[in-house]
Amino acid sequence: MSVLAKKEEIRLLSGNEAIARGAFEAGVKVASAYPGTPSTEILENFVRFEGVYAEWAPNEKVAAEVAIGASMGGVRALAAMKHVGVNVAADPIFTASYTGVRGGLVIVTADDPELHSSQNEQDNRHYAVAAKIPMLEPSDSSEAKEFTRLAYELSEKYDTPVFLRTTTRISHAKGVVRLDEPSGPAFAPGFTPDPSKWVMLPVNAKRRHVLVEERTKALREFAETFDGNRIEWGEKSLGIVTSGVSYQYVKEAFPEASVLKIGLAWPLPERLIREFAAGVSRVVVVEELDPHIETHVKALGIPAQGKEIIPIVGELDPRIVRQAITGEAIPVRAPESVPPRPPNLCPGCPHRGLFFSLKKLKVTVTGDIGCYTLAALPPLGAMDSCICMGASIGNAHGMEKALGAEGAGKVVAVIGDSTFLHSGITGVMNIVYNRGASTVILLDNDITAMTGAQENPATGKTLHGEPTRRVDFPALCRALGVEHVYTVNPHDMEQTEKVLRREVARPEPSVIITKAPCALLPEHRRKKRPVYEVIAELCTGCKACSRLGCPAIEWVPFTPEEASAAGKKPTQKGMARINPLLCDGCNQCPPLCKFQAILERKP
Amino acid sequence: MSVPKGDVFLAGVGGQGTLLASEVLCEAFLLSGFDVKKSEVHGMAQRGGAVTTHLRFGPKVYSPLIEPGKADLLIAFEKVEALRFAHYLRPGGAMVVNAQEIFPPSVGTGQERYPQDVVERLRAVTDRLHMVDAFATALSMHEVRAVNMVMVGAASHFLPLPENAYEEALKARLPGKLVAVNVQAFHAGRALLQPT
Repeated sequence: MSVLAKKEEIRLLSGNEAIARGAFEAGVKVASAYPGTPSTEILENFVRFEGVYAEWAPNEKVAAEVAIGASMGGVRALAAMKHVGVNVAADPIFTASYTGVRGGLVIVTADDPELHSSQNEQDNRHYAVAAKIPMLEPSDSSEAKEFTRLAYELSEKYDTPVFLRTTTRISHAKGVVRLDEPSGPAFAPGFTPDPSKWVMLPVNAKRRHVLVEERTKALREFAETFDGNRIEWGEKSLGIVTSGVSYQYVKEAFPEASVLKIGLAWPLPERLIREFAAGVSRVVVVEELDPHIETHVKALGIPAQGKEIIPIVGELDPRIVRQAITGEAIPVRAPESVPPRPPNLCPGCPHRGLFFSLKKLKVTVTGDIGCYTLAALPPLGAMDSCICMGASIGNAHGMEKALGAEGAGKVVAVIGDSTFLHSGITGVMNIVYNRGASTVILLDNDITAMTGAQENPATGKTLHGEPTRRVDFPALCRALGVEHVYTVNPHDMEQTEKVLRREVARPEPSVIITKAPCALLPEHRRKKRPVYEVIAELCTGCKACSRLGCPAIEWVPFTPEEASAAGKKPTQKGMARINPLLCDGCNQCPPLCKFQAILERKP
Repeated sequence: MSVPKGDVFLAGVGGQGTLLASEVLCEAFLLSGFDVKKSEVHGMAQRGGAVTTHLRFGPKVYSPLIEPGKADLLIAFEKVEALRFAHYLRPGGAMVVNAQEIFPPSVGTGQERYPQDVVERLRAVTDRLHMVDAFATALSMHEVRAVNMVMVGAASHFLPLPENAYEEALKARLPGKLVAVNVQAFHAGRALLQPT
């Protein structure tokens, strides 16, 4: 297997690791991001390289602005975000398209077809068209690294930000990558004042717009000769136009077909597309999500098949592609019916105590983006909405205004610490300013948990691991004009419920901060914690503890014979037990047991 | 000699260490000169939910995803998870399944029973079913976190790699102090099944 060279030059990298490596090899000096699946690992890996600066910004808009500023300052810069993050960052990005760059500027958009960990399935190739920014689309880890390097060259050559678009199966799939030596830009950092380029007053922006249109024309020419756009001639009876991970599925499903692989998703190579279409008898466009390439192919007057046979929803795989193109169903064993295993809040999760208390209050809960969104699932089932980062607060206020007196004391917003800093602050400001009375619950678990434990402005540490100032949530909320700010321990459900009842009823805005660390934090895991057990003789099978939905609490079902054998009434349907390997010792369940059957396990 | 190729599907429950197991397997293939790709999902899917890895090796791998009905080997870290993804196995493919039961939420809260007929149903899928008790093996080593490497050891009989490839992979992927216990777990797992 001589295809692989010396092993020290070869690594198995995820797309995200490869982008980080590519940025390092390109000499990127400043990178800013807000964590978001599937993009998070880009900065987590980039920060490990010598001589780079990387940071978690409070949101994607700030991350993009930081990267734009770094580019103005004459260094190569990176901003990374998930697809919906680009919605947040769109404002600076659309105008950075006009200003162009000094140091190369790359914005990574990591899309999530199939919504593995997202609230929608938007296709961010539309942003390239709308913002008139070129977009590279790698099809594996190796290309992810190469395209990242290339993106910086294009950015500087054409004076434009460049989008690098991945999808989950690029970001989180690993493949073989050959490492290269780093080589940066040929100029030194420094800012050269140039108002006609950097100050987007209408008079300047109008002139820049003309340059943007000229740039797009030049990039169209580049697209024709770029070797990332290439024809792989095969049999002429079937020609497939494809890009990104779909290219891999196509090669797997139709190894003999002719393929036009698109590496530059925008602008598209018109002459190359025409040449390809002229050489094959049937053209099919295979792309995930929206008909981006297809629309442009058809606009050239080329008869092609696309979304009429390729699904527009969800991700593809080789089987879906094969079935769509041959029109023949591939028989496969039906999946077995088994109990579902959705994700769940971890044992010891502080959010569980809060949502258990909220459910008892029978209030409407506007939710937000984070682990706690899982509280919408049974048995907690204690969340009524989830739209986007920060939406909970505006949603609660809007509902309050809609319901009037009818809704008083019936709506609360829940939002995590990092999400609050991302885009919750302005929502609270709005409640105070507009004489609202909503209760906002700020779930402070000392980390950005959902994406795998990232620091944020309230954790006291930077991405580089340096100590820093923390946002003081109570002081922040008071500064916004909230008079009633209370901090509770959500594991203490009795106290939490008391404060919740009081503040929800209050006809003024209030913020309740539930403060307890994420159960997955290493500092927490290192602490000596009790383990609880159910005393079998005392358990009556009432299921009061089961309703917490804690993974450590397991239900042991009884037949009448088993119940009798266990010394129970034959009518008892079962009993609870606590899995000692899972119990985190949070002490939420013992007070729920009226029979005092849950006790600390003695060593 | 042609380079062997194959598709390995790993299934487990978030927190069981399937990610590290697949990392080690990939590294072992890489060190042995194969092209290899793997795909898995991070983020929300990991919070105690079902987790899967698609691992493909060969002279040249395109798709990072395995098609249903095409996996040569299914390594399941939990019994019900084997059944959940059994349709990924090709006819005649092999299954190495950990006998451990981790209750899904609907079972844990008493709405339904943990299926009692998992092994029978798996046998109906393939006669190359190999049940192992990786949890008991790990427990006997006083290291319950080693379940993943016990499973890698047991499954290694069905992969075209020499034993030392796994040891080298463990050394490459793990901090020094964790290598010994994981190598031990690998061998303990390998001893659970006979070469086929």
